[in-house]
Amino acid sequence: MYWNEEFETLPREAIEALQLKRLQHAVERVYATVPFYREAFQKAGVTPDKIKSLSDLQRLPFTLKQDMRDNYPYGLFAVPMERIVRIHASSGTTGKPTVVGYTRRDIEIWSELMARSFGAAGVGRGDVIHNAYGYGLFTGGLGAHYGAEKLGAAVIPMSGGNSKKQIMIMQDFGSTVLTCTPSYSLYLAEVAAEQGVDIKSFPLRVGIMGAEPWSESIRAEIEDKLNIKAIDIYGLSEILGPGVAIECIEEQHGLHIWEDHFIAEIINPDTGEVMPAGEQGELVITTITKEGIPMIRYRTRDITRLITEPCRCGRTHRRLERMSGRTDDMLIIRGVNVFPSQIESVLMNIEGVEPHYQLIIDREENLDSLEVQVEVNEVTFSDAVKTLQDLATRIRKEIKELLGITCKVRLVEPKTIARSEGKAKRVIDQRIK
Amino acid sequence: MKVQQISIFIENIPGRLAEVTRVLGKAGVNIRALSLADTSDFGVLRLIVDKIDRAKEVLAEHQFTVTKTDVVAVEVPDRPLGLAEILHKLDSAGVTVEYLYAFVERMEENAVIIFRFDNIDEAVKVLLGAGIKILPGERVYNL
Repeated sequence: MYWNEEFETLPREAIEALQLKRLQHAVERVYATVPFYREAFQKAGVTPDKIKSLSDLQRLPFTLKQDMRDNYPYGLFAVPMERIVRIHASSGTTGKPTVVGYTRRDIEIWSELMARSFGAAGVGRGDVIHNAYGYGLFTGGLGAHYGAEKLGAAVIPMSGGNSKKQIMIMQDFGSTVLTCTPSYSLYLAEVAAEQGVDIKSFPLRVGIMGAEPWSESIRAEIEDKLNIKAIDIYGLSEILGPGVAIECIEEQHGLHIWEDHFIAEIINPDTGEVMPAGEQGELVITTITKEGIPMIRYRTRDITRLITEPCRCGRTHRRLERMSGRTDDMLIIRGVNVFPSQIESVLMNIEGVEPHYQLIIDREENLDSLEVQVEVNEVTFSDAVKTLQDLATRIRKEIKELLGITCKVRLVEPKTIARSEGKAKRVIDQRIK
Repeated sequence: MKVQQISIFIENIPGRLAEVTRVLGKAGVNIRALSLADTSDFGVLRLIVDKIDRAKEVLAEHQFTVTKTDVVAVEVPDRPLGLAEILHKLDSAGVTVEYLYAFVERMEENAVIIFRFDNIDEAVKVLLGAGIKILPGERVYNL
């Protein structure tokens, strides 16, 4: 179901011509309005007039998450605050979030792209969208909400949590579409089963799921347990939020990235060179219509490849293969971005605690779980059990405070965390099987 | 008047307790009394041994985390209310017991109980003032 047939099926040449025109404009604008970009371009010896073809994009420097942190909070905004109508943020490594601002037009475009995404998933007017993405600083909730309204569907702004009520509302309100993380959908299925409710008999047809890594086997499980089609959606707040790319319901293979608003490149994460067409590497995205905080060659750290073959659904926008990993050590736990270094900083601030730790991420009852293993040493060890439990509680509380996620802290014997080449293996992610 | 106890951190995984006792046994260390406090994840094994320095040394060599703590070995009359009366005296004097455990061996007609106090010096004063017998370390290690 097309939302905007003209643009969704634009011939390749027309997409590329539009991309170039918009890119040139975007580059001129950031050069003129954002000191960070002007300096970076000058350092790279390139001025906006040098961008004569799409391949000239490669002459521009990359933008990193660190650049957003260095310019916290508003340093990368390209418009004065008078034109910003919305601010979102995602968690950062030092406790400071990365901040993004949207103009009224950015919100319009975001809503349009989310509406297109819903359409690609076979959702339209008459549908009742049960939106269980979190509403707040996180872009998931409001992003899906505005898209649903734009589409003309009825949206139920559930946000996350209170799972029993979610089941009741879904059943009583006759929700036909569920938007949430893949793990939360399975959790809801479990809660329904516990209550003796047959979720398979609900009018639910489609699930639009993202904000965390998932696999084909999880998809099969979701589709089976909820009796729906599960569609993978991709987005990140730095670029827009949800709705950057989505699978079509026809293929459920590869996520169409809306190329009239974004330019996707795949690079070799080690050298920064653009990879030959179809090869796997790190996804780099340039926003070409965004006003509030344009991103030039933003390194997403997500690993994928571009599928250039035409798609059965008729959309001409190329597809991103399902994300297969990341080039940095960022973890996404229950939708929250977590860097091991954040946990390390908590541990280092506690007297006597050694930076020997390991993070075990797993899925328990379909929810992500995080266990932090910390080695006990002569300083932290006590013959009184309570003292040790207090230490574990303190670590847990401080991690909760910094990251907003609950974890389990397990104290382990010294030298038991495997060290390879003198360096500990910090993360064991058992979700990816 | 004080007795030295060693405590060892043990993860709640099969074979760890056996490993501690094996390491000590091979080093010729004899365990005189013990208590194991456990949680779902870990345990703290507290031991009174005959050769405390040797025990600490070999356990450290085997990467165990070990700490020494001063405790008190109290002779408790082996009859109903024997322990209750002592605890009452300590309680009245405001001394807190962190934990305690019993010796298997008896001292003539009395049982021997190891106490860990929050304030050990105050506890010793209270006990001696009440005429309760405390065993010196040398006696306890070789009991």
